Amino acid sequence: MARIGSTLAGTIRPERPIASGTNGERRPAALAFLVVLWLSLLVAFGVLVTLIITIIIDGQGQFTWRLFTEFPSSDPDRAGARPAILGSAWVIATTAVMTIPLGIAAAVHLEEFADKKNWFNKLIELNVQNLAAVPSIVYGLLALAFLTMLNVRDKNIVIAGALALSLLILPVIIIATREALRAVPTEIRQGSLALGATQWQTTWRQTLPSAVPGIATGSILALSRALGEAAPLLVLGALVFVSFDPNGILSGYTTLPIQIFNWTGRPQEGFHQLAAATSVLLLGVLVLMNGLAIYIRNRFQKRW
Amino acid sequence: MTDTAQDKAEKASTPTMHLQARASEGFLPDEPRGVIQCEDVNVYYGNFRAVTGVNLKFGLNEITALIGPSGCGKSTLLRSLNRMNDLVDGARVEGQVLFQGEDMYGPKVDPIEVRRRIGMVFQKPNPFPKSIYDNIAYGPRVTGMRVENMDDLVEEALTKAALWGEVKDKLKQSAYGLSGGQQQRLCIARTIAVKPDVILMDEPCSALDPIATTRIEDLMHDLRKEYTIVIVTHNMQQAARVADRTAFFTALADEGTGDRTGVLVEFGKTTQIFEHPNDQRTEDYISGRFG
Repeated sequence: MARIGSTLAGTIRPERPIASGTNGERRPAALAFLVVLWLSLLVAFGVLVTLIITIIIDGQGQFTWRLFTEFPSSDPDRAGARPAILGSAWVIATTAVMTIPLGIAAAVHLEEFADKKNWFNKLIELNVQNLAAVPSIVYGLLALAFLTMLNVRDKNIVIAGALALSLLILPVIIIATREALRAVPTEIRQGSLALGATQWQTTWRQTLPSAVPGIATGSILALSRALGEAAPLLVLGALVFVSFDPNGILSGYTTLPIQIFNWTGRPQEGFHQLAAATSVLLLGVLVLMNGLAIYIRNRFQKRW
Repeated sequence: MTDTAQDKAEKASTPTMHLQARASEGFLPDEPRGVIQCEDVNVYYGNFRAVTGVNLKFGLNEITALIGPSGCGKSTLLRSLNRMNDLVDGARVEGQVLFQGEDMYGPKVDPIEVRRRIGMVFQKPNPFPKSIYDNIAYGPRVTGMRVENMDDLVEEALTKAALWGEVKDKLKQSAYGLSGGQQQRLCIARTIAVKPDVILMDEPCSALDPIATTRIEDLMHDLRKEYTIVIVTHNMQQAARVADRTAFFTALADEGTGDRTGVLVEFGKTTQIFEHPNDQRTEDYISGRFG
């Protein structure tokens, strides 16, 4: 017990063990806060687990090879998602081809060449940030208006869907690429320029190659977002019942989310099970893509 | 810069004799034969004047050290000698910086060509994330040098940078596997590979241990035979050890605005600067009384 009047110099500290076992947190408020944090995590995780388990249970009966090989049918026990799988592949591949070069080029310009103090470039930068937050259906409407302006009659073709999805993920790819470029140290650029390399050579041979892992990670995550989108494609009138394989960028198509949407709306229980099975498939693909992105980031990202 | 061949030929014949003379008798001409010459140079960052009124000559095949307290503008001046300052937003140079008699900030001068002729080694070793071989070959490749045999050029550059023996068996390995001192010598080799006339060094040893520092200093002595070297250093002993001439800078407060700006206080042979400085401020600095 501390007595009034005792001086510091005269105080002898009692020996206390350093192994108190409470991780230094013993105040009730701190403990309560920790409990709240854990509960928050539990809620988020619980919802996800419930969702996954529910669709797996619902869909397990229909998760067979038939899902991959058969066309949709009016009989749920004979129907499959083959055109939707192929359609998703076509749309996402077309989107990737259209968006990734464009997004990287825009990011390289903004990050390496544009005058960052110019008001116009600042405006563009601000807008790119904002565009990344625009709801996807707006991009569907934009693509619809654009195609109408061009007098395109059939808007339910692969290239039209890819256009809408490109608009959707372009800002995401630009932002991811800029982050990756910014992570390349200035010293590397200066070292290159000091040898008499041009700005262009420095970007092309030093900065961009060093940023490739970050760009790949960002692009894959953006594409996985596009893969799960249904709204912009529905606005463009994507087909909901496709009984043929899409075979080109001008072909009609459906995608996995649209197929799920369609089957969920049917009254028969069998179709609901099919929708659940297709959801499992879509989730599986998304997990694989995100896993690939994480792998690339961990494996190839440079530590400076 | 049309008379490159002529300059090179001139450089190849005279300086060697020059050096032998110096090596045997410790000879150093009273006036440097200026390769780079600063005439009333002011360097600005926006409205801030970082360096004011510098007149200085960097002599052919000499090592010139720029010393002075932090914020005296010595690194800024160094970066304006090969137009690296152009890369900083708002940086500009007033006055003239002559390279072999030609204003390097003239309207027809390509800064890329200036940097190719006047190389730079940075404070922190900054090898490219490539193999040792590709680090050296990068400069010749991007500048479009005509190279008969790249392997020979790589070996020559690494030999001159006193690194060949240590890396000759691992040329294809990443430069990031080298120690800090080796990386800095690699950066010097990389600079040599594009065959510059002048090498600027911005505190090249400040991130290195004493042994690596000694190796770089020895290397500088060897390189002086072929190159003109300008080094910025915080280490006065280093300046005294390696430099033929030393320029002492300090920061002065502007009477009107109070902004500090770098000025050249004194320039002379290193022996004179360290043994008989003419200016009290130089003496105070080298004797450790301020800075």
